[in-house]
Amino acid sequence: MTESILQVVNLCKSFGGVHATDQVSLSVRHGEIHALIGPNGAGKTTLISQLSGLLRPDSGKILFDNKDITGYAAYQFSQAGLARSFQITSVFQDLSLLDNVALAVQANDGHAFRFWHNARKDQRLRTPAMQYLQQVQLSDQAEQIASEVSHGERRQLEIAMALATSPKLLLLDEPMAGMGQDESSLIIEILKNLRGDKSILLVEHDMDAVFALADTISVLVYGQIIATGTSAEIKTNTAVQKAYLGEDAA
Amino acid sequence: MTTTTSARPDHRQNRNTETTRLLLVSALLVLILAILPTVLYLTGHTFWLDIFTRLVILAIAAVGLNLILGLGGMVSFGHAAYIGLGAYAVGIPAYHSTYGGMDAIATYNGFFHLALALTVSALFALVTGIISLRTRGVNFIMITMAFAQMMYYAIVSLETYGGDDGLTIDVRSEFPIISLDDPLTLYAVSFISLIIIVFLVHRISNSRFGLTLQGARSNEERMLAIGVNCYKYQLAAFVMSGVICGYAGFLLGNFTTFISPEMMDWTRSGEIMIMVILGGATFLWGPVIGAIVFIILEYVLSEVTVYWHLPFGLLLIFSVLFLRNGLASVLQRSHSQAGKGQ
Repeated sequence: MTESILQVVNLCKSFGGVHATDQVSLSVRHGEIHALIGPNGAGKTTLISQLSGLLRPDSGKILFDNKDITGYAAYQFSQAGLARSFQITSVFQDLSLLDNVALAVQANDGHAFRFWHNARKDQRLRTPAMQYLQQVQLSDQAEQIASEVSHGERRQLEIAMALATSPKLLLLDEPMAGMGQDESSLIIEILKNLRGDKSILLVEHDMDAVFALADTISVLVYGQIIATGTSAEIKTNTAVQKAYLGEDAA
Repeated sequence: MTTTTSARPDHRQNRNTETTRLLLVSALLVLILAILPTVLYLTGHTFWLDIFTRLVILAIAAVGLNLILGLGGMVSFGHAAYIGLGAYAVGIPAYHSTYGGMDAIATYNGFFHLALALTVSALFALVTGIISLRTRGVNFIMITMAFAQMMYYAIVSLETYGGDDGLTIDVRSEFPIISLDDPLTLYAVSFISLIIIVFLVHRISNSRFGLTLQGARSNEERMLAIGVNCYKYQLAAFVMSGVICGYAGFLLGNFTTFISPEMMDWTRSGEIMIMVILGGATFLWGPVIGAIVFIILEYVLSEVTVYWHLPFGLLLIFSVLFLRNGLASVLQRSHSQAGKGQ
């Protein structure tokens, strides 16, 4: 077994009496696309929030790149090399697409106590930012303001911003949420191109996307991982069918 | 890169017209502020030079506030405190030079006054910023206001310096070569300061630091997700903003030669904020335009009626309702309509 980039050990988080994350253990190997699926209310977003530092787990450990990063602040998760995108699109609405990505490049290029030089003309920021936009096929819209482009394009922008922080692991929270068929297949294509290059933990509802992309799938139900395996294994797993796919079929 | 160039030309053109417009507005404002008051003064309308001096000094404060309000999205309701601190940094050393006591700070030396004004405002901004910036939104507004009011009452309680009644500055800050006693010199100093500060803010807003602030204004959660802890940048901006307002206070003290706690009252903070919003927080010259319109309107309306607050308030409500981005947006709007027509 290849060494894992992310290892989650017995993670727990409850809100009052609700065990939103209940003894979750999970490991993402180097270079794989690992999908996390589960019905609504299974605790996927709660788990992702802990894996990006927005929520603090009650107990358990998050090991990333052989380092214990449990309890880090959100910005430290990103600095450690764990970049996330949000389920509800979160970009800088009033800045251009290029500015959006350039800010993410800049975030990874030391402190920003630089008051004089025009950052909008800094090729050390603009050139890589443009490359990331190209990677998600947005380079034509580089100068447009983020609030003016389509929903799907903002999702692509989010992926570019996550890539721009040169992460070791991408944490994508439902990147296809609210997208049409064409837009979804574009995202699938973009993610396919990243395969092997980046490790990805993908939370997604779109089953076609999950089966098309994932090397490994983990199924989360009521805060617990009930199964982990390849798409073929998950498709035939009876517990999963009952808890998840069964609902869809009914 | 071939795909990128195809869409670029018209955006580049947009950016060019934007730059041209910025240069035009800058040149126009600089010319008006340089020539008009000077001509009025030399033709015997000395009163108008007073109006313009006050206007330019308050414009400096508005530009300072806008560094955090417009660029950083931090709505501070306590910036009059810095004006007061800057003014008292002139008044208190001058008072002791005249009446004795506190030998350590008793001086008319302008450089000392200036250094004191900037240091004290920086410290006050640092201490209050460390605490205030842990809050957001309405809480931030209230806590900055509370700190300013605290300073207001602290000054009121200083009986030595006149308390409520204020303090008269008998001798202005002394500098070699120039004399601030000459109204035209004082105006020139204030005017040149304004131009330099606007230029600095312009550089800052396009720098890495400025982009970080704008990112934090736009979406702080996103900044965290890309690995930026905004707090230290916001704190730095908060201190810079306070220092600029402290400098405005230093000038205002030398201009009015009478200072009182009233100049740091929360209504004064509100006035600076109104200037920024009236002029347009998202534009470089917005706060300056706001200060010009505010002071001129205040003067003109109070000539017409003693109840000048009423029409003034109506005008403010009108401008907030119909000019969402302030007066400067009128320039922007006519441009974007022209753009659509093409």
